[in-house]
Amino acid sequence: MNLLIGATTIGLILALLAFGVYLSFRIFSFPDITTDGSITLGAAVTAALLVHNFAPWEATLAGFFAGMLAGSITGILHTKFKINELLSGILVMTALYSINLHVMGKSNVPLMNHVTLASQAESLFALLFGGTGDLFILGWPVSARDASALLGVALIVCLLGTSLFLFFRTNLGTAMRAAGDNAQMIRALGVSVDFVLILGLAISNGLIALAGSLLAQYQGFADVQMGVGMIVWGLASVIIGEALVGGGGIGILIIGAVMGSVLFRLLVAIALRWGLNPNDLKLITALFVFIALIAPAAIRKLKSTTASNSSAHA
Amino acid sequence: MLEISQIRKTFHPDTPNEVRALRGVTITLEKGTFLIIIGTNGSGKSTLLNAVAGTFLVDEGTITLGGHPITSWAEHQRAKLIGRVFQNPFSGTAPNMTIAENLALATRRGQRRGFGWALNRSMMGELQDRVRTLNMGLEQRLENPIGSLSGGQRQALTLLMASWLKPELLLLDEHTAALDPKSADQVIRLTHDIIERDHLTTLMVTHSMQQAVNLGDRIVMMHRGEVLHDLFGSERARVRPEELLQRFDEVRRRERLDPAVAEMLRRNYI
Repeated sequence: MNLLIGATTIGLILALLAFGVYLSFRIFSFPDITTDGSITLGAAVTAALLVHNFAPWEATLAGFFAGMLAGSITGILHTKFKINELLSGILVMTALYSINLHVMGKSNVPLMNHVTLASQAESLFALLFGGTGDLFILGWPVSARDASALLGVALIVCLLGTSLFLFFRTNLGTAMRAAGDNAQMIRALGVSVDFVLILGLAISNGLIALAGSLLAQYQGFADVQMGVGMIVWGLASVIIGEALVGGGGIGILIIGAVMGSVLFRLLVAIALRWGLNPNDLKLITALFVFIALIAPAAIRKLKSTTASNSSAHA
Repeated sequence: MLEISQIRKTFHPDTPNEVRALRGVTITLEKGTFLIIIGTNGSGKSTLLNAVAGTFLVDEGTITLGGHPITSWAEHQRAKLIGRVFQNPFSGTAPNMTIAENLALATRRGQRRGFGWALNRSMMGELQDRVRTLNMGLEQRLENPIGSLSGGQRQALTLLMASWLKPELLLLDEHTAALDPKSADQVIRLTHDIIERDHLTTLMVTHSMQQAVNLGDRIVMMHRGEVLHDLFGSERARVRPEELLQRFDEVRRRERLDPAVAEMLRRNYI
C-alpha cells in the first residue's frame, strides 16, 4: 500500500511536469528541452534556500520563479535571436547544469534534517488527526508521512490544474491557445506571438520547476542529475492522458495529463517491483514515447490499406 | 485615410534570387474608398497588401494610416487599425478552437488581453446575433470547432471577425480565390454588404476582372512592382472587363509574353 501511495504521490507531483510539457509541446508544438534543466533548477533553488532556513513556501515559490526565468530565456533566444526551438532549449538546459551545481554548491543536497513542505504537511496531519501513527486503509497500514504528502500534493495539483484551466479561458489564455493553433491569425488580431510564446514557456517551465521543487521536498534530496530524460517522461504522461480521456476540451486534457502521469508512475513502480532493471527505465520510456508518437499515423495507414483492400475485393 | 508613399521592397537583395517586388509604389486612399488591385502573377499586388499589413517592413518609403505613421510598426501593432482576410480560408481562424472562441478573439482585436473571461453568457447572445447575419445557420453551432466548417463558412466568419470592430482599413487578399464558385459568390455578397454598411476603407486584391468591375470604386493595375494604371471617377465607371484584359494584352505585347501565357490570363481573368 505504501508503494502504491508513494507512486501515486510522485505521479501527482510529476503531473505538474505534464502540465508544463502539455503547454509547450501541445499548445505551442515547441519541443522544449529546457524541461530537463528547469526541473532540476526548481529542486536546486528550493534545496539551497531550505538549507539556508528559508520558509518552505518561500523556497518553493522561488523554485517556481526560477523555472519561469529559465523558460522565458528559452523563449527569448527563440523569438528575439531566431535560434531554432530545439537549440534554444538545449542551450538553456546545458547552461542550467552549471547553474544548478552553483546553486546547490554540490551535486546532491540532502533535505532530511530541514523543514520542508512534506514535513509541514505531516505536522499539520498530526495536528488534525491527533498523532503520527499509521492509518489503516482497507486494512493496510499507511504512514502519516505518506498520507499527508499525498493529500498535500493532490491539493496543490487540483489548485494548479484548476488555475491553468481558468487561465486558458481568459482573454490572455485564449490568445495563447490561438497563437499555438494559428500564429498568422492571432497576429492579424493584434497579439504579439513572440510575447505569448515567451510567457507560455515561462509558465510551462515554472510548473516544471515547481514539480522539481516538490519532488526534492518529498524525496528528501535534490540531485543535479534528477532532470535527465524528464521531457520524455512528461511527454509519456501527456500521451497516456490523451489516450485515457480520448481528447476533448482543455479541462478534459488537463485531467488527462494528471491521470496519465499517475498511471505512468504506477506502471513504472509495478515494472520495477517485477524486476525491471532501473538502468533500463529511460530506454523503455523513450521507446514507449516513440511508439506512441508513430502509432496514430501507423494505425491510420493500416486502416486505409484495409479499407482499400476490402473495396478492391468487393 | 491610407497614404502609401514611394514604398520599395527587395527580397533576397544582392543574391542571384533578388526580387524587386515593390518599386516605388504611391497610392493615396480616401476614407471610405474601396480600392481593387489587379495585376499579373508576381506583379506585387499581394506584396503591397502584406507591406501595408506589416508582414514585413519596407526598405524605403512611408505608410500612414488614419494619421498614424505605421511604417515601422510590427504586424500585431498595425492590427489595431487593420482587419484582414487571407487568401487561404484556413489562415484566418484557429481550427482547434470553437467558433465562439474565434469570434471572442476578434472582439478584442488590437486591444490589451488580460485576465477577464474571453467568453461570457451575455457575450454569447451578441455573437449569435452577429453570426445570424451570415445566413449560414452557424449561430446554433458556436460551440463547434471552427475546423469542422467548410472553406466558405470559415472565410465568411473570418470576414466577420476582421470587421467586428470597425477597422480603419480592411485588407482582402484574393479572399475568394480558393473557394468553390457558389461559396465565392456568397462571400463576395457578404463582403459588399459589410463594406457598404460600415463604409469601410478597403483594399482588395483579386484575379477576377468581373469582381474588379462589379465591386469597388477605384481600380489599380500593377505590373512588376509598379502601378501601371489607376482608374477612378468616370474612367472607372465606364471600364469593362474586356478593357481591363486589353490593358493586360498591351502589357503582354510590350513584354512579348508567350501567347500561351496570354491565353491562360484570358481564361483565368474573366
